[in-house]
Amino acid sequence: MSAPFFIHGFFGDGTSLLIAVIIGIFFGFFLERGGLGNATKLVGQFYFYDMTVFKMMFTAIITAMLGLFWLSYFGFLDLSLVYLIPTYILPQIVGGFIFGIGFVMGGLCPGTSCVALTTGRIDSFILILGMIFGVFVFGEAFPLIRNFYYSTPMGNATFPRLLNASYGTLVFVVVIIAIVGFVGVEKIEKKFANK
Amino acid sequence: MDTATKKISFLGTKQIGKGKSISTPQPYWNPYVAGVGLGLVLLAAFVIMGRGLGASGAFSTVVSTGVNAIAPSFGEKNEFFSTYSDQVSANPLKDWYVIEVIGILIGGFISGFLAHRFKKTVDKGRNISVRGRFTYAFIGGAIMGIGAKLARGCTSGQALTGGAQLNVGSWLFMIFIFIGGYAAAYFVRRQWI
Repeated sequence: MSAPFFIHGFFGDGTSLLIAVIIGIFFGFFLERGGLGNATKLVGQFYFYDMTVFKMMFTAIITAMLGLFWLSYFGFLDLSLVYLIPTYILPQIVGGFIFGIGFVMGGLCPGTSCVALTTGRIDSFILILGMIFGVFVFGEAFPLIRNFYYSTPMGNATFPRLLNASYGTLVFVVVIIAIVGFVGVEKIEKKFANK
Repeated sequence: MDTATKKISFLGTKQIGKGKSISTPQPYWNPYVAGVGLGLVLLAAFVIMGRGLGASGAFSTVVSTGVNAIAPSFGEKNEFFSTYSDQVSANPLKDWYVIEVIGILIGGFISGFLAHRFKKTVDKGRNISVRGRFTYAFIGGAIMGIGAKLARGCTSGQALTGGAQLNVGSWLFMIFIFIGGYAAAYFVRRQWI
């Protein structure tokens, strides 16, 4: 086991910040390359005329998922040391629903708004101001929603643990679902592109 | 010489010839190719740092740092802002995501610039005014900020990162982003189509 490198102390906090910039640069680069710095392209997902969001997101998910699986399978990466956001069922369901509404209204998500900003999209600047305002409102209202925020906790919940199924089998199932999804969205896109 | 030209055109710089303008925006990459690139960046973050990607967390750090700088007593009284600033000082990884977001800004610019896609513009549908688009963008951004805080992450930190980890909460979050988006799409269609 030699990864994760940072957790194993291969380098310090200073170097980790340099790595942060580099990872961020590649992250922003690929987002822009795929066209996700453009709000009208992003929301195509919700009107079926451009399914780039689904295609890119699920390709990225299965790429990283397969990488995680094989690297841990061969003992290179200790998965138990990779940070997992704890699951809180209801806040994450409600948060997702609210986020989705905001997403189709604003046209960009937090990461893509940064890419839109530095490629000259003025709407993204307004959206970022809105986002900062939203985070502030959330912080202000936190005492009121505190109980809900910590409700239905499940700790570090992954599907292999939850379903008591083998990691490899679930990885395989997700890949199959993604491929079926890709075939489906290609058809949908063709059907709606002419409209 | 040949490989050099190829490399440049791979990055998106338009090759001069056939009377085409050098500043014509390049087409976007195939989404599956860009998706593999994105996935490899995410995998690199897991392997090198033991953490995935993120974006909304950086905004929380900025907001709570701002609140604590402008009105320290106010920030201390508020549980959310005070715990966040405690985490900032105690946990260098909170700063890590701020620096990573600065990287996103740089990377987006590099890609857009090389492909001649940098343009001072407003992305919107034909049937809405710029002011209307700005109003939607602000409200949408605010709603998204609240949703991301409630869910403990956004499309990067939750959906993408947790999706690859087969994290139960992340998949629920992702599925409900799509449900929320499709539910609201009809009502804001004037903005886009």
